Order: sequence, then structure tokens, then C-alpha cells
Amino acid sequence: MSLELKSENGGIIITKMDDLLNWARLSSLWPMSFGIACCAIEMMGSMASTYDLDRFGVFPRPSPRQSDVIIIAGTVTFKMAERIKRLYEQMPEPKYVISMGSCSNCGGPYWQHGYHVVKGVDRIIPVDIYVQGCPPRPESLIGGILELQKKIEQESLLNS
Amino acid sequence: MIEPSQLTEFGKVFIYLVMGILFVLFTFFLGWLVALKKPNPIKLSSYECGEEPSGSSWIQFNSRFYVVALIFLLFDVEMVFIFPWATIFSQEVLLAADNRWGWLSLIEMFIFIAILLIGLMYVWKKGDLNWIKPESILPVGPGKVPLSMYSKINDAKYMVREFTISEKAEPQLVVPLERKPAAARPAFRPQFKKPSE
Repeated sequence: MSLELKSENGGIIITKMDDLLNWARLSSLWPMSFGIACCAIEMMGSMASTYDLDRFGVFPRPSPRQSDVIIIAGTVTFKMAERIKRLYEQMPEPKYVISMGSCSNCGGPYWQHGYHVVKGVDRIIPVDIYVQGCPPRPESLIGGILELQKKIEQESLLNS
Repeated sequence: MIEPSQLTEFGKVFIYLVMGILFVLFTFFLGWLVALKKPNPIKLSSYECGEEPSGSSWIQFNSRFYVVALIFLLFDVEMVFIFPWATIFSQEVLLAADNRWGWLSLIEMFIFIAILLIGLMYVWKKGDLNWIKPESILPVGPGKVPLSMYSKINDAKYMVREFTISEKAEPQLVVPLERKPAAARPAFRPQFKKPSE
């Protein structure tokens, strides 16, 4: 990706350590297998063979200990918020959050009368990427993941 | 002139093992070096699908599952052997080389399945396929109604009349309904508040 490659005749690559680490991290963004509502169906669709998120290195993991990113796909109720917070805390650093769909972005259709819905998941955990739509099409989620990759590219793990 | 190697073949395997272990340890070390370490009590707590962990994880398993797992192995192994057998059974090259091949392999497979079937019959005869259920105890209360009365009601057969459309008009209800006006009851009426602008 952004790897500033200097390829010599001998096939030697010279790069910065930061770029190498970032390249490795953004090429294997493992999300947690975690879906809450109907957006999760679109998320499954984008991970299945038609859209094949695996070609971006996105491969769902069964445990927060192994995952880099949590995709909040669906309506976040207050009952679920507590669990989301705990799951987010149990992920190892560096960790990212993709908020997928209107419900988790801002409460969606429940923003006014939904007594049970958190008005945006960013009120409980820090969100990196917002994906708009109700529900977003798989292309949108793929777009969100590409945006997250751009964000990771700019980071410096060693200087943090 | 060829000098004999100082290493035996097992020595090479040993070096291979040592290098493998060192490589894994080195990778773990690199990960430890680069990884961010920000522990907190929630992160260190055990993962229970987002729930708060409660109780001990040292629970007792029913030993009946052990028998089921053993019997499962019997058929698992059977399948592992049948699949490769099925691929070479119908190979035309082998059949063309010797026409006895098909019959030989078929009979061999039947013998193999028969041996396993004997095992299954043994398990069946021993009663290991039976799932032992706890005996249900029917509670008997102090009431004086005998149980036979319940069965009399439960077993009763009711006559079902044949359905016919009768021409007769059904008698109208003549009893006038007198209703008192219902007193106002305290009730909860939901009110939606618009967010203040």
C-alpha cells in the first residue's frame, strides 16, 4: 500500500519500520464476529463470497483477544451497551471501531422516541469510521474498511 | 574425496526442532517488543461473550458424553477409510488393468464394514446407546380427589354433531344491556416529549 519501496536489483526492500508495521496491520484487519441487528446481515453478506472481504485481509475472529476492529452493526440498546463496552475493553491495543448504519451512528429511526436505544455508539466507545446507510450496502462497508486502512497508514505505532 | 558427515540423520532432525522452537520464540519476542501494553481490570477479566464472568469454570461433565464420543469415533474412522476407498474404487485405469479389482475392493470394504457393525451391535446389546434419563417422580398431594377422576375427564369422548345450515332464524337476544358509565380509572398515558430546540 503506502509502503515506500525501494527495490534494488537483488530484490532487497528498504522501508521504514513504522510503514512496515502499518502495512502489516492494515492488510490483516480482523474484525470481531459481532452483529447486533439487521446491519449484521449486510456485514455477513460482505464477508461471504459475493463481496469477499477476505481479499482485504478482513477475516472475522471469534474472540476479542484476536481482533483488531469491532464493527458495531446494528441498533445499540442500553442493555447491549454494557456488553459492547466490555467487549471493546477486552480487545488488545491498537483497536478500532467501525460504526455501521444509522442506528449505531446516531440512533437512526429511534433517535427521538426510542427510550431503549443509545443515541450513537460513540457515546460509549470511541468510533473511528462511520458507515452511513440503513442498512449500508456491502460496498459501503468495504468503503469504510478502506477508509480505516487509510487511517492506519497515517499512524505511528512506535512513537505512540 | 568425500568426507563423512559429522551429523547423523537424527542430528538434522534435532537441528530442525531447535530452529523451529527458536523461530517461534523469536516471533513471540518480536510481538512482545512491538505490542502496546495497556492492561486494565476489564481487559484482564475472562471473556464470556461480553457477559460478566460469574461462578467457577471448573464444572463437572456428565460421563455419559464420554461413551457417546467413543461410539462417534467408531463411525468417524469408518468414514475416513471409506472416502479414499471410494475414489480409487471406480478408477477405470485400475479396472482395465485387472477386472478382478472391482470385486476384490468391494468385498474388502464389506468385510471392513461388517467388523465395525459387529462393534456397533456389541454396543447396542450392552445398552450403551440408551441415554439414561432420570426417573420422574409424580408428586402426590394430600387432596382427596382420586387420580382416576382426572383420567375420566381426559379420556372422555364428546359427540360431534353433523353441521347443517338451518333455515330458522336464530332467536334474538331480548335482554337489554344495562351498563353503568364506567368510572374514570387512573391510567398511564404515554406522552412523547419533543426534544427542546
